Amino acid sequence: MKYLKQATLILLISFAGEVLNVVLPLPIPASVYGMVILLVCLCTGLVRVGQVKETAGFLIEIMPVMFIPAAVGLTDAWPSLQPVLVPVTLTMVLTTVLVMAVTGWVTQGVIHKEKGAKK
Amino acid sequence: MREFASVSLFFGAAVSLAAYAFGLALKKKFRLAILNPLLIAILCVIGVNLVLGVDHETYNSSAKYLSYLLTPATVCLAVPLYEQLSLLRKNAKAVVCGILAGVLASMLGVLACAKLFGLDETLYVTLLPKSITTAIGMGVAQELGGIVTITVAVIILTGILGNVIADGIFKLCRIEEPVAKGLALGTSAHAIGTARAMEMGQVEGAMSSLAIAVAGLITVVSASVFAQLM
Repeated sequence: MKYLKQATLILLISFAGEVLNVVLPLPIPASVYGMVILLVCLCTGLVRVGQVKETAGFLIEIMPVMFIPAAVGLTDAWPSLQPVLVPVTLTMVLTTVLVMAVTGWVTQGVIHKEKGAKK
Repeated sequence: MREFASVSLFFGAAVSLAAYAFGLALKKKFRLAILNPLLIAILCVIGVNLVLGVDHETYNSSAKYLSYLLTPATVCLAVPLYEQLSLLRKNAKAVVCGILAGVLASMLGVLACAKLFGLDETLYVTLLPKSITTAIGMGVAQELGGIVTITVAVIILTGILGNVIADGIFKLCRIEEPVAKGLALGTSAHAIGTARAMEMGQVEGAMSSLAIAVAGLITVVSASVFAQLM
């Protein structure tokens, strides 16, 4: 019964996210609405962590696998990607490194500054 | 076998799971960052499909059930986020500054590259949402008049790249705070980066999940402003 109840709850929230995605005219996907709904439910005590924990843990553990089909499907995008391959690849690599480094540095910088201020 | 693999409903999904397990085992055995389980799994699946002559449509008729789970799995990211809520409150300022700086760096980076490599306006807006989660990124590219197919491809490739290079970048840039690692992965490489953050730890995973949503939403607003700058 545990997994049945947990899966039902998670799918119901995914469905609610889907409804919001259709009803509200914003480019926000069902998954992000769903994440916010579940977070609000947990914070308000409407849902307890124990009511979703095991199933959530399972889904999160196998999450990387869920990206494999889309990545394998990239072979289909090759014709549209090929003519612009070099500049697009360079842009992608440079900006990904940049964003990762900048986000990490700024976050760490602020944390260290606040820690220093407390001392 | 060939013929059977091309009609089986379980072949694609089973191969995907096995390939990922194989990737994890390789990584555990050799402990090399380049042996990224996701990357290994993708290459293995492409290889197996080629060898057995399974076309993408057939593979996907089975593997699409894995993609189907992506929405409920993303919803579930709220659980680790909730469990780390006190940490989030404690670091609220750092979190906001970090994600804002990351999104700004992404937009400015794409703008600079577009100027540098002489990309046209269509390609520029196509690349603007490259660091955010696919579903939001697609919407943004469509809104701005970009080429959605390329946006999706680049978003996925960005995620894989972020997943693969994270360890190296963190070491190189001396990023050691778990909160900073999580936000950096989520802001630069969305859900695929978050998958890596989850493997690093609870805090990293929670912060990365948060960054997917927040960076995605900030990008929706800021991309329309940046689209005017070209």
